[in-house]
This record gives sequence, structure tokens and C-alpha cells, in this order.
Amino acid sequence: MKQYENLGILNVGATLYHTRLSRKYKARKPYRTADPRLILSYIPGTVLDILVVPGQKVSTGDELMILDAMKMQNKLKSKTDGRIKNIPVKKGDRVAKGTVLIELE
Amino acid sequence: MLLPQEADKSLKLNIMPLNKKIRELKEKREKVLLGGGEQAIEKQKAMGKRTARERIMTLLDDDSFNEYDLFVEHDARDFDMDKKSLPSDGVIIGTGTIYGAPVAVFAQDFTVAGGSLGLMHSRKITKIMDHALKMKMPLIGINDSGGARIQEGVNSLAGYGEIFFRNTISSGVIPQISVILGPCAGGAVYSPALTDFVFVVDNISKMFITGPEVIKTVLGEEISMEDLGGAKVHSETSGNAHFFARSEEECFDQIKKLITFIPWNNQQKARMFDPGEPRPEYDVEKVVPVDPTMPYDVKDVIRAVGDNSDFFEIMEHYAKNIVIGFGRMGGRTTGFVANQPLEMAGVLDVDSSDKAARFIRYCDAFNIPIITFVDVPGYLPGVDQEHSGVIRHGAKVLYAYSEATVPKLTVILRKAYGGGYIAMSSRHLRADFVFAWPTAEIAVMGPEGAANIIFRKEIMSSDDPDSVRRQKVEEYKAKFANPYVAASRGYVDAVIEPAETRKFLLHSIAVSENKEIQTPPKKHGLPPF
Repeated sequence: MKQYENLGILNVGATLYHTRLSRKYKARKPYRTADPRLILSYIPGTVLDILVVPGQKVSTGDELMILDAMKMQNKLKSKTDGRIKNIPVKKGDRVAKGTVLIELE
Repeated sequence: MLLPQEADKSLKLNIMPLNKKIRELKEKREKVLLGGGEQAIEKQKAMGKRTARERIMTLLDDDSFNEYDLFVEHDARDFDMDKKSLPSDGVIIGTGTIYGAPVAVFAQDFTVAGGSLGLMHSRKITKIMDHALKMKMPLIGINDSGGARIQEGVNSLAGYGEIFFRNTISSGVIPQISVILGPCAGGAVYSPALTDFVFVVDNISKMFITGPEVIKTVLGEEISMEDLGGAKVHSETSGNAHFFARSEEECFDQIKKLITFIPWNNQQKARMFDPGEPRPEYDVEKVVPVDPTMPYDVKDVIRAVGDNSDFFEIMEHYAKNIVIGFGRMGGRTTGFVANQPLEMAGVLDVDSSDKAARFIRYCDAFNIPIITFVDVPGYLPGVDQEHSGVIRHGAKVLYAYSEATVPKLTVILRKAYGGGYIAMSSRHLRADFVFAWPTAEIAVMGPEGAANIIFRKEIMSSDDPDSVRRQKVEEYKAKFANPYVAASRGYVDAVIEPAETRKFLLHSIAVSENKEIQTPPKKHGLPPF
């Protein structure tokens, strides 16, 4: 039998297999439950306008920010009731997908 | 009114002798054959690329190329296009042969207006596509184009649409091969995507819908052309390409080899070749470890069984946990599908299901028998797999095998657990012959998982759960981790020694030669695209 290098272990149905692990598998991100207190950019874009200030009370459905992306002005709304804790971006910022735009508490 | 003699004189003056007419033709040809001119050709060569005509000549048998529409010109008027002459409108079309097989070819000429696609350019391509479909021969398209000819506006879009339509209508009737030897961007990518096989060459091929500049402007993400849509990306990551080559030369050799394996159309079978025995260095008994958790290269099994140990792999660098490709059994082209225990334990997942299903459907469309080597632990667990739709992608494999009416032969080498067992050309999906090696473990799941569920109470209530678990796993293994339970139900037709594999497969392929199956009438099925 041939011997193979760079083997890892893959668990399928409680059995441990000696095998090469793909780059895609190794690079997979652990799943995290979405946090309604974090407003993330769901698409890369530019912060066109910020409609709230830190400390302000907001309710579910309130418009918080306008994100310009794909030639559209996207209104980001609050998914929860709370108070604005922090706004780590400023007007005109270009943001990547998944960037934290607003933190609520 | 002219006198008869004078009329005669004037007539004579207007008639050019044949040799002059021929010379005129030759001059016209020479001018057009230069494409975009010497400077543009030099530029093309500096990029490491051949000219469109050189490519066709390298690909086809010597002196077999008949060119058509050499003198076609555009009649665009806007943006000063009426002042521009574009030789052959930037694309070469014709017919020829590869190892004697008839093929229809088009090659975009990047030296003429960047190979951009205008109305007449597209009409030349659709003309040769129509020929290929009518005459039922393979179509090979060599793509090297900057994209739509913007000056021709919606006419250019119409041209693409006409090409896509024909790609679709011809799909499954004639083999369609796309060769990407330069840029192929924007809408243009959809013609290759609709064809059977896409060939790419390192540092030369570039395919994407939106280029790096648009991505940067719109999304603010920076990426090089090579990283976005180079040959490696499409061979390893996106799965858009089927064959990767380091040079144009190697790419043309791959295309020629592929042509030897496939029939000219869906009403024929592939040509027969003289059969030869596998090479002695591939000993089928020395490849597969008995322990189902240990890896091996399943390509060594294919080579140990197939004619001359010749295996022509497709999508070698993508979803390596499944192996697909062509070989021959007794001189007849055979499609091989095999789980690869060396990579990701040979699990089925989103990408490998996609890869296998498409290949199975290809074989079925073109009358190529399928041999499946099974060694599968099941489906890859994980949130990303579930969220990427492993359910519908995995279903493609079931669909493709069930739908296929070509001879289907299955050899279960080692483990065949759960849904993976069913999916991999099982008896239940109407495999014609199912063989299993004595090392086969055909069971509802792996022994560890099964023992954990079946003996859960006994394990949990024991003072020493680990030793009870081990004992129960062994019990389960002894009883179910074998091919004999499945054989006792006739799900396996024969348990065979590894060394008998070639003999059994040769025989069953031979007796399946005239296989015929009636399927219920329908317009078309709805595979989980």
C-alpha cells in the first residue's frame, strides 16, 4: 500500500477518517447566531447618511442609516428596540460586506 | 447604337482572364488573412498567444480546414464604424477533422478589434453552429474576445443571444467544446457555460461576469484579473472549467484526446479502439487498505481495471473528493465515477455532487456506459453545507443516475453507508450490475454511529461506557459491516475478488451492448438545478 502525506482527520458519522482536507474545508467559518444589536453591512457599499446619534433611543423598524450600494440607496432599519451605543463608521466611509455599522444596547 | 465590331471590342475589354481573376482572389485573401495586421499580431504573440488561424491549424488534422465567410464585413454606421474595415469581422469559421473525426470550429481573432462581437461576427458563429447541428458533428469554439462591440449596441447583444440559444438547442445532440484562450468577459461567458467542456490555459484564460475595475468601483474590493477569473480559479474554485493546461500546446493535445473518447453526436457510439490489458504496475489487490478509515488513491483502482491503464480525468482540480473521467473497457469508451478516499474521505458534498451529476448526464446523453467505484462514508456534515443547499445539490446525483439509461455498472470497494450508498449508482436507482468486493461494508451508517444509536441505553447506563461502546461497535461490525447482507437481498449481484473486477466488468459491458429502456413520455424532467 502507498503511504500518503498531509493527512488530517475528518469525522463523518462518529467515524474518524484519515484523509486530505480541502482548502475550502479548512477555511470554513464557524457559524454564529445573528446578533440583532449589531447592524452589519449585508453588502459592500458607501455610508451615505447616518440618521441617528449615540445615546438615541430607537424602536424596531426605525431607519438608522442609508448605505449606498449597487446604485441603490439602501435603508438600514433597526431589528430591535434599544439605545444606540456606538457608530464605528462615518459619513462617506466605504465599507466591506459584514462590517459593523451600528451597535445597539 | 454600337456597331457589332465595336461592341465586341468593348466586351473583350471588360472580361478579365481567369488567371487574373485568381490572382485577384489571392490578393484579397492575403489581405484578409493578415487579420488585424502585423502590429496586432506581434502584440498577440507578446502575450504568449497564438493567432486564431494558427490555433485552428494546430488543433485540426493537416490540410483538413475549410474556411467559410472569409470576406464577411460589418455594416455598422454609428461612431465612425463605416470608416473602419474589420477583416472577417474578427472571427474565423470552418470545418475540418481531428484524427479523422469531423468538427466545426470557430476562433475569435483578438487582433481584429479585440475579437469584439458585432452582428456579422455573431452571424458567422451561428452559421457554423447551425452546420454542426445539422451535420451532427462536434463544435469547438475558441474564445478570445474583449466582449460586445459596444459601437454596434443592441445588435451585439442580439448576436450573443442567438449563440446562447443554439448552444442550448444543440446541448445533448452534438458535443460542444469551449476553449478560452484570452479574455471572455461579461455576457460572453455564458456560451462556454452552456457547453459540455471548457478548456483553460494558465495565464491566458480570463473569465468573469464583472471585471476587477467594476468590482473596485462598485464594491471597493481589489482583486487581480488572474485571481478573479484566471485558469486556476476556474479549475480549482469555481468549477467552471473542466481542463487546465499550462500552455496552448498542451490544451490542444487535451482537446484532441477528448475527441477520441466521445461520439460525433447523440445517435452514435464512440469509436472503438484496440483493447489492451492494464499495465502490470497497477495491481488492483495492492491499492485499497481493508481498514475503511485509511486513504488510498482511487485513480489507481481505475487504472488497474481500465484498458492500457489509460484514464483521462475531467475536473481534476475541483471537488477532488469525487473522481470523474473517461477510459476504455474492451476498446469502448467508458465513463468512470469514483469516490476518492484520499480527499475529504470521499464524502459527497455540494461541489462533488454537482461535478458527478453533470458528468453522469453527459455520459447518458452520448451513449457512454458508466462504471461507478463506491467507497463513500456519506455526506459532509456542516452548517455551510446545509446552507449551501447540499439537499438539492446532492439530489442531482440521485436524479442523474436514476435518469440514465446507458449501461450502469457499480463496484462497491469498501464502505457504502446510508444515503451515499443509495446515491452512488445503487441497484435501487437501476444499476444494471452491482458487484462488491469482500471488503465492502454496505450498511445504513458507519459502525460507530450505528452503535451509538442502537445501544445508546446500554452504553449510557454502563459503569464503563467506553468499553461497552467499543464492544457494541465490534458486534455491529461483525454483523453488518460486510457485503453479504445486501447480497442476500439481491441488492448486490455478485461478491467478487478484487482481481476478478476487470473480467466481470468487461463481460457485463459486453452483454449490455444492446440495452434498451423505455421511460414514461414527458417533455423534460425537472432536475434540481
